[in-house]
Amino acid sequence: MLGKKTYNTDIMLPDKHGHFGIFGGQYMPETLMEALSDLEVIYRKALRDKNYVKELSFYLSAYAGRPTPLYLAKNLSRILGSGKIYLKREDLMHTGSHKINNTLGQALLTKRMNKKRVVAETGAGQHGVATATVCALLGLECFVYMGTEDIARQALNVYRMKLLGAHVVPVSSGSKTLKDAMSEAIRDWVTNVRTTNYILGSVGGPHPYPMIVRDFQSVIGKEAKRQILALEKRLPDTLVACVGGGSNSMGLFYPFYKDKKVKFIGVEAAGYGLNTNFHSATLVKGRTGVLHGAKSKLLQDVNGQVKIAHSIAAGLDYPGVGPEHAYYQATGRATYAAVTDKEALRAFKLLSQSEGIIPALESAHAIAYLEKLASRLKKNSIVIVCLSGRGDKDAVSLKDMSG
Amino acid sequence: MNRIDKKFSDLKKRKKKAFIAFLTAGYPDFSKTEQLVLEFEKNGADIIELGIPFSDPIADGPVIQKASFEALKKGATLKKAFDLVTRLRRKTQIPLVFMSYFNPVLSYGLSRFVKDALRSGLDAVIIPDLPPEEEKLFAQEVSRCGLARILFIAPTTTLARAEKIARQAKGFIYFVSLTGTTGQRRQLPPELKGQLQRVKKNSHEIPVCAGFGVSSSDQVRFIAAYCDGVIVGSAIVKKISEKCGHADMVRSVGLFVKHLKGDI
Repeated sequence: MLGKKTYNTDIMLPDKHGHFGIFGGQYMPETLMEALSDLEVIYRKALRDKNYVKELSFYLSAYAGRPTPLYLAKNLSRILGSGKIYLKREDLMHTGSHKINNTLGQALLTKRMNKKRVVAETGAGQHGVATATVCALLGLECFVYMGTEDIARQALNVYRMKLLGAHVVPVSSGSKTLKDAMSEAIRDWVTNVRTTNYILGSVGGPHPYPMIVRDFQSVIGKEAKRQILALEKRLPDTLVACVGGGSNSMGLFYPFYKDKKVKFIGVEAAGYGLNTNFHSATLVKGRTGVLHGAKSKLLQDVNGQVKIAHSIAAGLDYPGVGPEHAYYQATGRATYAAVTDKEALRAFKLLSQSEGIIPALESAHAIAYLEKLASRLKKNSIVIVCLSGRGDKDAVSLKDMSG
Repeated sequence: MNRIDKKFSDLKKRKKKAFIAFLTAGYPDFSKTEQLVLEFEKNGADIIELGIPFSDPIADGPVIQKASFEALKKGATLKKAFDLVTRLRRKTQIPLVFMSYFNPVLSYGLSRFVKDALRSGLDAVIIPDLPPEEEKLFAQEVSRCGLARILFIAPTTTLARAEKIARQAKGFIYFVSLTGTTGQRRQLPPELKGQLQRVKKNSHEIPVCAGFGVSSSDQVRFIAAYCDGVIVGSAIVKKISEKCGHADMVRSVGLFVKHLKGDI
C-alpha cells in the first residue's frame, strides 16, 4: 500500500487498468467504456507509428512554436533575493498557453479514429481556444462547453473560439464554471459517442486521459531538462508549477520523476483563503473521492457532494485534480501548496513589471509561491517555473477590477 | 430468495413484465417520496428505484438533474434515504433499489453502506459510474451480503463484454436503451428491438430490463415485448415536478404510473 516515501520509481504508471496506486481508474457510464478502450488502443498504436510521431512533432514546432525558451529571469531572481529562477516559456506557444501541446496530439488521434466531431470543456478558455484552433487546422467540427461565469470573465477567449469556427455552448447549471462544463461535455459525449471524440484538457478524467495528456504535455519537462543541462550543466533543485487539473505541472514534473533529488512543488489556488469556503486547493484541503471518471482528491462536503471551487483564475477553478498528482502527494514525490487570489495578483504585477512578461493568472500562482520559497533557497539553487500561459486574456477583467 | 428474484419469478409465472418506477429520494421531500412509493405500488409498480441525489449527475438529463439539486437544497442525504427505506419496510415488501453515483457511497463508507443497506431492507444498488472493473472489494462485499449489484449493458457494449457483464450481474441487467443521458425522447432508436433480443439471448437467465428515454405507455409496451421489464424515470419525475404543491399530487402521479404500466 501507499506509504510516505515508499514509492517505487521503477514501476511504470498507470497500471494497465489506469490506476496510480489507489487513484485513477475508469469511473464512467457503461456507454463510454468501449470508447475509452478504443482511445487507448488507437493512442498506443499511434505512438508506435512513425508517421504519427513525425506529424505531431512537425505541428508542434512549425505550427505551434516548439521548443519554447528556458529563460533565466534575472530581475525576478534578484528581487526574490536567492536562487536562480528560470521560466519555461509556455506562454509563448501558439494560442497563448501549453494547452496546444495536448490538443494537437488528441486532434491527430481524432483523425485516426475517423471521427469528425469534437467536444471539449474549458475553464479559462485556454483549452477551448487550443481545441478550436486545432479543429480549424484539421477540419473538425468543434463544440466547447463553458460555464456562464467563465464566459463572462474570459470574454476574449470566447470571441477567439467563435472566430476559429467553434460552437461555444454555455453551461448555466451548478457552479457555472469548469466542473459543470466538464459534466456537460461528458453528457454530449455519452450521447454522440459514435461520431464524436472528447478532447479532454487536463490530466484528469477516466483512463486513458490522465496518461495521454501527461504524455503530450511531457514535452515541457523533456525540453526543460535538455535546456537546463545545456545552460547549467546540472539538474534543477526545484520545479514549481500551478495546479488546477494539473496538466502543465505534470508535463514539467513527469520527465524528472526518476531524478529523485529534483523537488516538485505544485501550487493550487487558495482563493479568498484556505480557511474559507472559497478556494480550489484540492490536494491541500480535499479528501479522496470520485468525480468525472477518476478517483483522486476532491473538494466535497461530509456527504460526498462536490463543493463549488473558487479561484480568481478560471483555469484553476475546479474541485478535482488529476489522479497522478494525488498519487505523487500520497507517496511524497511532490508537495503541494496554495496561494491566495491576492498573492497571485501581486505576482501578476511583479512579473509584468520586473521582466516585462504578463503571465496568465493561473501561472501567476506559481510565481507567487516563489516569494514563500525564496527564504528556503540556497544562493545557487536552480528553480524552474512553468509559465504555463500569457495574461492577455486576464487583462480586461483585471482592468475592470482595478478601475 | 431475495425480493427481486422472487418478483421476477412471480411475474414469469403470470407471464407479466416488470414495471420499474424511478423517483428521486427527497424530492420534493422525504415524506412525499414515502407516500409516492406506496401509491406507485398500489398502481401496479413492481420495483421501485430510488435516485440518491448527487451534485454532479453526469448520466442524467435536465429533469432528474433538477430534482436532484432541489432535493440536495432541502438537505437530502444517503442517511435519510436509508431511513426512508427503513420506514417503507414496515409497510411494504416491494423491491427497493438505490440508484446512486459512486462518490456519495464512497464518502458514506463502503462497509457502512452495505451494512445499512441490509439493516434497512434495501434489495439492490445501481451505480451508473462504477463499471465492473472498479472497486472489486466493494463488489465482493455487496455480493457476499446478498445485496444485488445491478450492472448496465449499453448499445455500445461489445458482445464479448456484454457476456462478461451478464455472468456477474445480479437482480437484473439494466439495458440502456439509447446512447445518452436520462430523459424522455419522442422516439426510441430503431435498432433497440434487435439489441434487446441479442442481450436477452446472452443473458444467462438473468432478467433484462430497459430504461433511458422511455416516457409513454406505447414505448413501455413496445419494450416489454422484447425483455423482462421497463424502467421509467424522467417522465415520472417530471410529473411529480408539475404536480408539486397540488393537494392531489400523490394520487395523480400514481395514476400516471398506472397509465404508463398499462397491462404489461
